[in-house]
Amino acid sequence: MFSAGAESLLHQAREIQDEELKKFCSRISKLLQAEDLGPDTLDSLQRLFLIISATKYNRRLEKTCVDLLQATLGMAACPEQLQVLCAAILREMSPSDSLSLVWDHTQNSRQLSLVASVLFAQGDRNEEVSAVGQGVLRALESRQPEGPSLRYLLPIMAKVVVLSPGTLQEDQATLLSKRLVDWLRYASLQQGLPHSSSFFSTPRARQPGPITEVDGAVATDFFTVLSTGHRFTEDQWLNVQAFSMLRAWLLHSGPEGLGILDTDDRSEQEGSTLSVISATSSAGRLLPPRERLREVAFEYCQRLIEQSNRRALRKGDSDLQKACLVEAVLVLDVLCRQDPSFLYRSLSCLKTLHGRVRGDPASVRVLLPLARFFLSHGEAAAVDSEAVYQHLFTRIPLEQFHSPMLAFEFVQFCRDNLHLFGGHLGTLRLSFPNLFKFLAWNSPPLTSEFVALLPALVDAGTALEMLHALLDLPCLTAVLDLQLRSLPASSERPLWDTSLRAPSCLEAFRDPKFQGLFQYLLRPKASGATERLVPLYQLLQPMAGCARVAQCAEAVPTLLQTFFSAVTQVADGALINQLALLLLGRSDSLYPAPGYAARVHSVLSSQFLALCTLKPSLVVELARDLLEFLGSVNGLRSRASLVTSVVSPQGGHCADDHTDEAGLPEPRPDPQVPGRGGREASWLSWGRDVASEVFPSRCLEMMAAAQGLSVAVKDEDPDSESSHQLHAQQGGCGSHLHPGHGAADPAEDAQCGPVCAHTQHGGVQPPISPRCQHGPAPGLAHGQPAGGEGGRPPAGMKGQRPGTPVQMKRVRESWERRQGPGWAWHPQRPMGLAPAHPLGFVSEPFSPRQR
Amino acid sequence: MVHAFLIHTLRAPNTEDTGLCRVLYSCVFGAEKSPDDPRPHGAERDRLLRKEQILAVARQVESMCRLQQQASGRPPMDLQPQSSDEQVPLHEAPRGAFRLAAENPFQEPRTVVWLGVFSLGFALVLDAHENLLLAEGTLRLLARLLLDHLRLLAPGTNLLLRADRIEGILTRFLPHGQLLFLNDQFVQGLEKELSAAWPR
Repeated sequence: MFSAGAESLLHQAREIQDEELKKFCSRISKLLQAEDLGPDTLDSLQRLFLIISATKYNRRLEKTCVDLLQATLGMAACPEQLQVLCAAILREMSPSDSLSLVWDHTQNSRQLSLVASVLFAQGDRNEEVSAVGQGVLRALESRQPEGPSLRYLLPIMAKVVVLSPGTLQEDQATLLSKRLVDWLRYASLQQGLPHSSSFFSTPRARQPGPITEVDGAVATDFFTVLSTGHRFTEDQWLNVQAFSMLRAWLLHSGPEGLGILDTDDRSEQEGSTLSVISATSSAGRLLPPRERLREVAFEYCQRLIEQSNRRALRKGDSDLQKACLVEAVLVLDVLCRQDPSFLYRSLSCLKTLHGRVRGDPASVRVLLPLARFFLSHGEAAAVDSEAVYQHLFTRIPLEQFHSPMLAFEFVQFCRDNLHLFGGHLGTLRLSFPNLFKFLAWNSPPLTSEFVALLPALVDAGTALEMLHALLDLPCLTAVLDLQLRSLPASSERPLWDTSLRAPSCLEAFRDPKFQGLFQYLLRPKASGATERLVPLYQLLQPMAGCARVAQCAEAVPTLLQTFFSAVTQVADGALINQLALLLLGRSDSLYPAPGYAARVHSVLSSQFLALCTLKPSLVVELARDLLEFLGSVNGLRSRASLVTSVVSPQGGHCADDHTDEAGLPEPRPDPQVPGRGGREASWLSWGRDVASEVFPSRCLEMMAAAQGLSVAVKDEDPDSESSHQLHAQQGGCGSHLHPGHGAADPAEDAQCGPVCAHTQHGGVQPPISPRCQHGPAPGLAHGQPAGGEGGRPPAGMKGQRPGTPVQMKRVRESWERRQGPGWAWHPQRPMGLAPAHPLGFVSEPFSPRQR
Repeated sequence: MVHAFLIHTLRAPNTEDTGLCRVLYSCVFGAEKSPDDPRPHGAERDRLLRKEQILAVARQVESMCRLQQQASGRPPMDLQPQSSDEQVPLHEAPRGAFRLAAENPFQEPRTVVWLGVFSLGFALVLDAHENLLLAEGTLRLLARLLLDHLRLLAPGTNLLLRADRIEGILTRFLPHGQLLFLNDQFVQGLEKELSAAWPR
């Protein structure tokens, strides 16, 4: 375990001075020169590794020492312990200019593997990867039994293919394909012999037994990774290696290098080849190597699928069966993309597999690659796979939302395969209430995934329902928690927070009176209806403070931003009006998670302004509703930001000239709405009155917000929504956005990239970077050093918190510049006392027509 | 393929632990191609970047793990084993996955699979579209082997000076970052080989 002792060791390793290190290195050099391969050398090398790896800054080692490390790596009689350390030290120093390691085929395969690991660490500056690849290929060609064992070399080849895909010539690729065929299909079916047979062992005892299946039955067909025995032969090891690298190799060696056919050509090919399937399969052995490999891969996958049906005797094998099923389906997908003649043969087998695993909760992860397969090929094979998606999107999220790995994989599946959904996109879009369950339960890792996925889910038809669902996300978290609690107890550890007891909530959850509301919130699909969940908010108040709800509440503002960015792309005028009304209507009807309302108001107010910018006539069309909103606002103080936003565009609109660019009909005179001439004046004075009465001390904020100034103002109440709003505007995504991310150290501070500035001019805002919401995200993409261990925060980041003297000075200067002469800086002066602005209460940015 | 494996510290949730997240061991299986950088000290900058990348992953894993622990209401004492002989229920340990976008911090998009065992975090940085189920199983296997062969749960055990054992485990069970489909008997075979080279 990591203890204070270890911490101090780490510090010592970092603080070692160059002089000390030099002395230490010469000691090591002496030991290595003397070929002393004992415990002293081992201990010294362990310490040297720590010294080098513990710091991100370069350590200079004497050339003699580096040379000796390399020489030791090549020594035939050196124990493995020392050699792995030599390689690790050289790797940790990499990339290094002082390296002279080369691939030497006379070394044994373990040494070669270590040499390769050091060469791979060089960043391919001098084409080391290709050199290593050629070395392995020579060993593959030689087929000499006394040569290096290929078992250790094959993973090197796999890495070469990934790191430097263009490194193999055509004939070399053919050679590798041939060898893979041999290992995959023709590994022996007898177990390996014990390494040393003793003098007394009888010939009978040395007789190797047959290979068995995972259920103990004697294997009847060729060897695969699901075949077991007590000892394995070299070719059985190679079988495992070959299958492990098979998919990557197929993708690499397929047509066009990446194995992806042009989608336009595909259906034609698939249609034309379905009739020649039988010819392909029977002529298997006469095929050219690449096609032969595909054929063998196909057979291997089919055998794995068959073997996965067996009842494994060991837990480990049962887990491996699932992983093999996933891989088999993925490989079949690649094969069918590369050669559509496999399609027909794969389909029946995969349909059976789907029928088998859909009822087995333990195999749920296999459903995702299966669905992907049907998405990719269902249409070409004229298979109606709607049932596959229906099952996937209806049942799985409902039952498995609490599994973090499945949640991630499920959402990743949706995100990565959007282009394949085509006609089934409707199914996906309607399933958003179910997909949100994953999000509500696992918000930290999934927020960024949903920021990417949400735009594809947004549809004009379900936009309003989705906005409600997003706003109710923390409430959904609480209800999912109750759902888990109310299930019969499972043997595993409970999935919910056992320290939180909310008997009243659980009672309410079981109360038939509220069943309708709970079921609405837990609906699997968009229903087209909206329910007011206010009674639930009160019932579930005891759960509002729990950590999972709080985490989800933190994620909602980001998701709202993303939602509005997407919905404004598809919304027509009527929908924009509805969204604006919904936004106002929901402002006082939110689940009471601590701080939630404030953060949501901040987003809603900016989005309201964005909607007004997008559709200027909104203010006129909804004049009565807006007025009602302002007139009926209870607890105005708590919604100050929203009120500001609502008052602002109206003032701006009225202060403008009276032509209607949008050509929309003039609103009829309404006794409740003052006439055109007088309306302006009354709006302005009313707005000013409201503002000065309700939040006199916030006048400066309002002015700042109104002018689009992204500033921070010291607030007497640090938790008030206005301070949150201004935080967000200012671009500090530090500690307040996530309780788990208090910027305890400068390193974490430095990781936060800037949040998009809050632009009230600019209409729709780009979403806040998801990285700022969850988890300290590396700041490297922003060109900042990430700080970190022993690092310093970048200049300018430190101390940039709202309300610092520097900040206040900047705000003041900016404010004075905008106001022109005659405006004095009075942070405490209430709005009502401010000198009258020529254009009224708010200034130009909110009037879209002036832009 | 696995791009990197790392072991790092996890600070206790719900406590004001002022310590930093420490990377205790990391191994990058084949560096991403270095940028063509004609400026001097290119190699040093490259190395610094790699170290920062690993640290960024560690911090993000730590944060994810802490959030998950908080959400499930696990008490901080869960970070300490009750006794060193206890079989660690790795199937129930906090675990998860998240995605890293391209250029942030690695050139290529990657997926991180992590596992929290008491105060240690184990993580695999994967190429996109890896078999996550296999990666998860491999990570559990590696954690189990490391706990067993390095006796990580015993008081006073220090993995900082036992890198050779970690390397020995990785070269066998995750050679060059290749995820292997190893059935139980293959695992036992490799473990025997390991015990022969590094007697416990």
